[in-house]
Amino acid sequence: MGDKTEVWQGTLSLMVLKTLEAMGPLHGYGIARRIEQTSGNLLSLNYGTLYPALLKLEQEGSISSEWGVSENNRKAKFYKLTRAGRKELSRAAEDWEQTTAILARFLSPSGESA
Amino acid sequence: MKRLRAGLARLAGILPSERRERDLEDELEGHLQMHMDDNVRSGMPAEEARRQAVLKLGGVESTKEAYRETATVPVFNNLLRDIGFAIRQLRKNPGFTTTAVLMLALGICASVAIFAFVDAALLAPLPYKDAKRLVAVFETVPMFPQSNLSYPDYLDWKKQNTSFQAFDVYQRNGQSLTTPSGVEPTRSGRVSDGFFRTLGVSPVLGRDFYAGEDLPSAPRTLLMSYSTWQRRYAGSPDVLGRVVTLDGEPHTVVGVLPREFHFAPAEPAEFWVTIHATSGCMIRRGCHGLYGVARLKDGVSIQAALQNVVAIAKQLEKLYPENRDQGATVAPLTEVLVGNVRPVLLVLLGGAALLLLIAGVNVASLLLVRSESRKREMAVRNALGASSGRIVSQFLAEGLVLVGVGGLLGVQLARGAMALLTSLIPANMAGSMPYLRDLGLTPRVWAFAATIMVAATILFSVAPALRFSLSGIRSGLTEGTRGSAGTTWRRLGTKLVVLELATAIVLLVGAGLLGKSLYRLLHVSLGFEPEHLAMVQLAIPSTYGKDPQVIALERQVFDRITSLPGVSSVGLSTDLPVTHNGDTTWIRVLGRPWHGEHNEMPERDVSAGYFSTIGAKLLRGRYFREDEDNTKPRVAIVNQAMVRQHFPNEEALGKQVSFLTTPPVPIEIVGIVEDIREGQLDTAVPPVLYLPFNQGPGTFWGVVARTNTDAGPLLPAISAAVREIDPKIAIAGSASMNDSISRSPSAYIHRSTAWLVGGFAAMALLLGVIGIYGVIAYSVSQRTREIGVRMALGAQRSSVYRLILREAGRLIAAGIAIGLVVAVGAARLMRGLLFGVQTWDVPTLGGVAMVLGLAALLASYLPARRAASVSPVEALRSE
Repeated sequence: MGDKTEVWQGTLSLMVLKTLEAMGPLHGYGIARRIEQTSGNLLSLNYGTLYPALLKLEQEGSISSEWGVSENNRKAKFYKLTRAGRKELSRAAEDWEQTTAILARFLSPSGESA
Repeated sequence: MKRLRAGLARLAGILPSERRERDLEDELEGHLQMHMDDNVRSGMPAEEARRQAVLKLGGVESTKEAYRETATVPVFNNLLRDIGFAIRQLRKNPGFTTTAVLMLALGICASVAIFAFVDAALLAPLPYKDAKRLVAVFETVPMFPQSNLSYPDYLDWKKQNTSFQAFDVYQRNGQSLTTPSGVEPTRSGRVSDGFFRTLGVSPVLGRDFYAGEDLPSAPRTLLMSYSTWQRRYAGSPDVLGRVVTLDGEPHTVVGVLPREFHFAPAEPAEFWVTIHATSGCMIRRGCHGLYGVARLKDGVSIQAALQNVVAIAKQLEKLYPENRDQGATVAPLTEVLVGNVRPVLLVLLGGAALLLLIAGVNVASLLLVRSESRKREMAVRNALGASSGRIVSQFLAEGLVLVGVGGLLGVQLARGAMALLTSLIPANMAGSMPYLRDLGLTPRVWAFAATIMVAATILFSVAPALRFSLSGIRSGLTEGTRGSAGTTWRRLGTKLVVLELATAIVLLVGAGLLGKSLYRLLHVSLGFEPEHLAMVQLAIPSTYGKDPQVIALERQVFDRITSLPGVSSVGLSTDLPVTHNGDTTWIRVLGRPWHGEHNEMPERDVSAGYFSTIGAKLLRGRYFREDEDNTKPRVAIVNQAMVRQHFPNEEALGKQVSFLTTPPVPIEIVGIVEDIREGQLDTAVPPVLYLPFNQGPGTFWGVVARTNTDAGPLLPAISAAVREIDPKIAIAGSASMNDSISRSPSAYIHRSTAWLVGGFAAMALLLGVIGIYGVIAYSVSQRTREIGVRMALGAQRSSVYRLILREAGRLIAAGIAIGLVVAVGAARLMRGLLFGVQTWDVPTLGGVAMVLGLAALLASYLPARRAASVSPVEALRSE
């Protein structure tokens, strides 16, 4: 497991939102698989942690859910992004890009002050 | 916004939802199926596929748990679950639960009910504008520290004072109201024109009295109370301009007062009329019939106002001989409104609080005993992973349930208690306490009840929880069943029981002193025979005019009443006994130097047969004769107090006194009677001057009739007889003398406090005794092994008794000793309510100590007997 990264607190919601934006309505299992694939299997995700996160996003109004049937005929709850969720996604993505940009500057070998 | 939305969703999630659980179940099952499908497709065997799927999920149950925590607010959710558990636990133990709930309900009922009275009388805002600036203004004379003003004095004070923004006067008044069905008595307030403006009260309908409406020339008008408007006029707005005939005089209705308005010192008042100083008392400086109420100017203190009016009184004293020895005093208006009930209510509230304390302590010690026996349960729960927080939360839940049930039951009981207590207030007292109209579970009363309940919950959950510090919980497992399981509790529990017994003593002593006061009060010497005495108060219409006509009416009334079967004699006095010491006059003794002293004393004009009818005792001389009217020399009868004060070492019979007229008109003292209690039972009898009614007949009669049997049933016949003679005679009230005495304010106040505190004390005694029984019984149960060992080693049964009873005796003695000391101190706080008994009354203290001591010893004897009958073999094997 040493070569896999644990999912950071707080980033899971962003990943879920981004996944739903890219894929359209999707069930929990699909979201989990998609996140793992997108990370190039670098992320180790306990699928179970996804469900409280989905509930929280739903409570906040960023996503909504509906019962449906999966591609191989299994009963599943499908989640989709709401309008508020889209806004939230773009705001969170922006925040995240800013944060990573700042961190990248700190970590780059040649400082500006040099 | 986002957070708020999520928070609300979670709050809603507190309610357990089966659908949510089913949905989650289905969703996770779907998830696992899809994962398994994928795994199988990639070549895994079915069983391994499922195992891997569950593994990857991180466990079905823990996923569900994490999900639930997000779905709700875990603290609340746990508390709800704990409450459910607590309810099941408490139901399994109905004995404990019922006892605890009942004790709590009792304590809360008593204190909430009494607090509601305190709230209505002392806390509710008065229905006046800025009531803090209102003061009552009195004159003072040697006989009465708070005496009425005369109208001329009032006018001078009003003109000369510099302290009052406004200054008005009022008096309470009995009047006759002419209705289509005849004349009926009514009560009204008579006020100067600015009275309502001074209070800051405006009518809800019509107008206030205008300035100058109290002048002699002004037309007669009146305002009516809201309840009169509703009752007599069905709340009709066209009441304005109607004519109401009071005392035969037509008055025009100009306004209706607000519903919430009341003014206790003049209540019950149906109507409010203005003063018209045309004749009689109103124009005499020496005739005092008015009470003053004033609004202080901004920035003027009561002290400053007092100095101001005292200075004016001094000046008037120099100007007018009538004002000799007359001072002035000012008090906050609230003193006049509720000053008489405040000490009673505070004593009752104190008593109820003590009862609540005992009840609370009793429940707390029951809970401690229970927690002691649940030590192992807690240790096991802790060992199985319950955090200490969850264990505390369990106690909190139990406290909440107990207090919630007990408290709500208590408040319901309090509602009933309030209704009961209100119905026990005699009508004459209720009328003068108009503020009790708003008695009930007001927001303040609810807040009070809630405060008690929160405090009790904290006490009941924190106390046992503190016992289980984390280490304590663990030791519960290792400690095993033998040894000193109960020592901690015994130390705390014994302290609690001493506190309970001491509190019970305080209440018992209070009840004992109040009971003794009541006994003394009711057995105070009256100076007449109250049994079989009927009384009826009559107001004679002014149409009778001259003295001979009034005397003729008197004869007629007496003849009619005497001829009723069961009546043996009839008499009348201007004021009936056991009412008040007012209606005074000023006299001087002739033949002695006189420098203008007033020698104020009550004057009672009585018929010839009055003294023999009420059963007064003639000490010397004679009674008045039937034919003693204005054609005969003036005569008087005096009481012993009068002789003591004015003729201490000489013969009073044959001496002459006179009113302060120039020239003096001699009145010869022809008889001396034993002191008759004219005023309230708890006031000393002053010197009294009795004059023959026929030498100055008045129009307000207190008629008394001696009956052969109980007076009550004859009252209607007496009233009917009077009405037959002249329906215009207003009958202002009839009662038997005994009823009237027991309803008199002093008797009522003493009786109600004595009974209520007595009730609290009885309950406190019961709870205290239960408390000591519990402690001793628990101690015995804990020491069964020890007692078994002792007996196995040869201890006698008697020594086992001694062992247990000595422990009980120590606690009881400590409780009694502490209680007595506190009680004597506490009794000083209610000195004002005691009559004829000292705060340290030894028989009361001794009796109370004995009653409580015996009851407590008896309660400890039961477990001691159980201890002594222990079979050593059984005891040693029992654990």
